[in-house]
Amino acid sequence: MTTINASDRRAASPACEDGQERRLTIAEALREAIAEEMRRDPAVFLIGEDIGVDGGFGGAFGVYLGLTQEFGHERIIDTPISEKLIAATGAALMGMRPIADMEYSDFLFECMDEIVNQAAKMRYMSGGKLRVPMVMRAPVGTTNRGAQHGQCPESYFVHVPGLKVVCVSDAYNAKGLLKSAVRDDNPVLIFEHKLLYGSKGRQQAGGLDLTTHVPREEYLVPIGQAVIKRAGTQVTVIATHLSLYRSLAAAEVLAGEGIECEVIDPLSLLPLDTETLWASVRKTGRLAIVHEDTLTGGWGAEVAARAADECLFSLEAPIKRIATADVPLPFAPVMEQAAVPSIDRICSVIRGMCS
Amino acid sequence: MDDLEELPTAKLLDLYQRLVLLRRFEERVYYLFLQGKIPGTVHQYQGQEAVAVGICDGLSRSDWITSTHRPHGHALAKGIPPNEALAELYGKATGCCGGKGGSMHLGDPEVGMLPAIAIVGGGFTVAAGMGLAFKLQRTGQVAVCFFGDGATNEGAFHEGLNFAAVQELPIVFVCENNLYGASTSYRTVSLVADVADRAGAYGVRGEVVDGMDVLAVRKAGATAIAASREGHGPVLLECKTYRFVGHSRSDVNGYRTRDEETQWRERDPITRLGRALLTAGRVAQADLDRVEVDVTAELDDAVAFAESSPDATASQAVEGVYA
Repeated sequence: MTTINASDRRAASPACEDGQERRLTIAEALREAIAEEMRRDPAVFLIGEDIGVDGGFGGAFGVYLGLTQEFGHERIIDTPISEKLIAATGAALMGMRPIADMEYSDFLFECMDEIVNQAAKMRYMSGGKLRVPMVMRAPVGTTNRGAQHGQCPESYFVHVPGLKVVCVSDAYNAKGLLKSAVRDDNPVLIFEHKLLYGSKGRQQAGGLDLTTHVPREEYLVPIGQAVIKRAGTQVTVIATHLSLYRSLAAAEVLAGEGIECEVIDPLSLLPLDTETLWASVRKTGRLAIVHEDTLTGGWGAEVAARAADECLFSLEAPIKRIATADVPLPFAPVMEQAAVPSIDRICSVIRGMCS
Repeated sequence: MDDLEELPTAKLLDLYQRLVLLRRFEERVYYLFLQGKIPGTVHQYQGQEAVAVGICDGLSRSDWITSTHRPHGHALAKGIPPNEALAELYGKATGCCGGKGGSMHLGDPEVGMLPAIAIVGGGFTVAAGMGLAFKLQRTGQVAVCFFGDGATNEGAFHEGLNFAAVQELPIVFVCENNLYGASTSYRTVSLVADVADRAGAYGVRGEVVDGMDVLAVRKAGATAIAASREGHGPVLLECKTYRFVGHSRSDVNGYRTRDEETQWRERDPITRLGRALLTAGRVAQADLDRVEVDVTAELDDAVAFAESSPDATASQAVEGVYA
């Protein structure tokens, strides 16, 4: 089985130019973004379960550690286990800018009405008189926790007009995108992969060093702009989260075989940066989409349909989707890893496209 | 009637006029709907007027309400002009939501009313979020969440009340218990006879109110609104009321007895207040007649406005999804 080279830093943020490199994890970058936005705008507040409890753990993934000391319990609101309230749609409608912590994205289904029927539609139903400036952070990704704590449900929300859907995969973009999301006047869901938060190169994530340089100076990353993580000429690979790193590792393997992949991180699924995507597909003539969400009706299906519509006559091979099998996530590690896209599976499919 | 002696005549007549406005508006809407001028369906408010008028009398323009699939009365009581409300029902560009809301999403932020939430129970958590904002902003605003008896069996009722309670939010939850969720009798879906009793489960004060008596609703509403505005947390008022018409336009009320309907019609909030005012010698019949004349004129104008307004344009369908 191919593993990810821990020293591969191709997916890092823009290089440090002033020699003062400052490498942060995604969790640290998110914490910094939240603190900066809370200092900047008194309307910004955090809401969720177990996020600011004294003596607690700073949210399920430690993102909020230390924030309560600076901002206090009034702006870091620990809630009952009530996702419908954590969505905080009403607060956003009244001019606040909540950052909601969903603990696990699987729990978003507990507040689908608030997200889909209320938050996404209030502006439109009001004839444009209302704004819904809310952010929801939702961790995704398989981590041997079975069927209800590892899903990647981004696609459900990509289907909803009125929402924005962001996927972050490195510290630099995580910080810049979260800051943009907080300033956005629309509901923005930010999906973060649980295995990408930390710095220690967790074995399950392939031992990746996921820290990237994060400038001290303030910056924003616009929502709706993809980044090319690796340039290539023969196959365009679109991937998010951990699948992005597996795709980059696959690209390295394939390069050794003479297949040059262009790997793109869309960063935002709704809106989707079709300009960057189609320019790449028209250049390479091949498109592979990799996601940890399940196959049928996943966001890859939408990208494939649009690519067929826009780029059909540039294509030299069928569009391929490499996704999690259409099953509830199994627990046993051997079954789980068989279900999600592996580096080997990505390599195998792409080889087939080029043969 | 409670409070009749304390309130000035002008105030009493004003309440009477608003009750009449809500009733006659719905009667007009009914005929306009039958004439095919209003697309879709309508869920009407006849019979329940005392609740909307009584509660909203205690609110200022900067306070907010959430409403339900039956929002016409709430909209008028909170201050949406009848012409803009009616134009919205017609799907006109001049409607308060530009034709994008319609009957079930009637509302206008300019008067403190969200587009009505037509998902049963959908308002509880949104109102709680609004109350949270008011608390954090220290503006002294209050949110009122109108809901029906049917909504009390949604999970959102539990989450919304509990959160509002533990956060001590400035919210008044107003249940309009009209005995039926569509055709389903409340008695058959809950063993707790009074919704107000459920408030105790959350440490919230609950109160049963005669929802056919505008002065009783007004008094209970004002007390609850003041308490919650002062930071004492939410209150649940259960207004016992009755809709004189079907759930929606296709409903002929086969699940209710004519006896029951007659009994409730005898408690009609408009005739009840009118009779009390006459009996107490506070107004003459001519005063009440003048109210009818004024309301008729206002609704004539509203119909003319709606009918002469431009249609919403098709191209607007794809606009305004994002800010």
